[in-house]
Amino acid sequence: MAADATIRIQQADFDVGHEIAALTKGRIDIGAVVSFSGICRGSENGEPIAALTLEHYPGMAEAEIKRHADEAISRWPLSGLTVIHRVGRIVPGENIVLVLAASAHRQAAFEAAEFLMDYLKANAPFWKREESTAGTSWIEAHDHDDAAAARWTKS
Amino acid sequence: MKVKYFAWVRERIGKAEETIEPPADVRTVGDLIGWLARRGETYAYAFETPRVIRAAIDHTHVKSDAMISGAREIAFFPPMTGG
Repeated sequence: MAADATIRIQQADFDVGHEIAALTKGRIDIGAVVSFSGICRGSENGEPIAALTLEHYPGMAEAEIKRHADEAISRWPLSGLTVIHRVGRIVPGENIVLVLAASAHRQAAFEAAEFLMDYLKANAPFWKREESTAGTSWIEAHDHDDAAAARWTKS
Repeated sequence: MKVKYFAWVRERIGKAEETIEPPADVRTVGDLIGWLARRGETYAYAFETPRVIRAAIDHTHVKSDAMISGAREIAFFPPMTGG
């Protein structure tokens, strides 16, 4: 049975344990859940930061995540998938993003979670601005994020 | 057509969206960037390095040679830094 993805973009924080429980509740076909949480660090390049502010492109952000979630579902035998991305102001120690991938066996769950995170970082329309004592500045994209996404491209 | 700007592109231009009517010889996304960049100082600043600007037509990523005819909404933004 093809899995449905749960996709949410929200200001509020989320509880990882609660989300895993919601994904697996009542299911006896799931043998593995891989959870990736992206968390706001307290420093960037050695400089302390007070907070990140996440901006997104409403409509397109949901569409891009859905497109990649659908691709993950077509490439791996997944039993469930959850993607949550927060927007707005996030302080160090708080969650930014969550990917849960559930499958009968661990390999598909590990690979699908990594694929989704690599694609989200390179393609989902979100932008981080950091606040520090020096003021606010937009975080620059890294070439290695594009390279991480490209390695999943089927030749 | 409607254009939307995000992150530092939005900040440099000073607006999040607007409706524009480019002339007929503005056919591609790259043409549109060039046309927008000539609208004033804030636009010139936002589009000063066209190769770093990413674009989307109707919520789908496109390259600078994509045709803009028929587009309802075109967005310009810096490389993405989510996740």
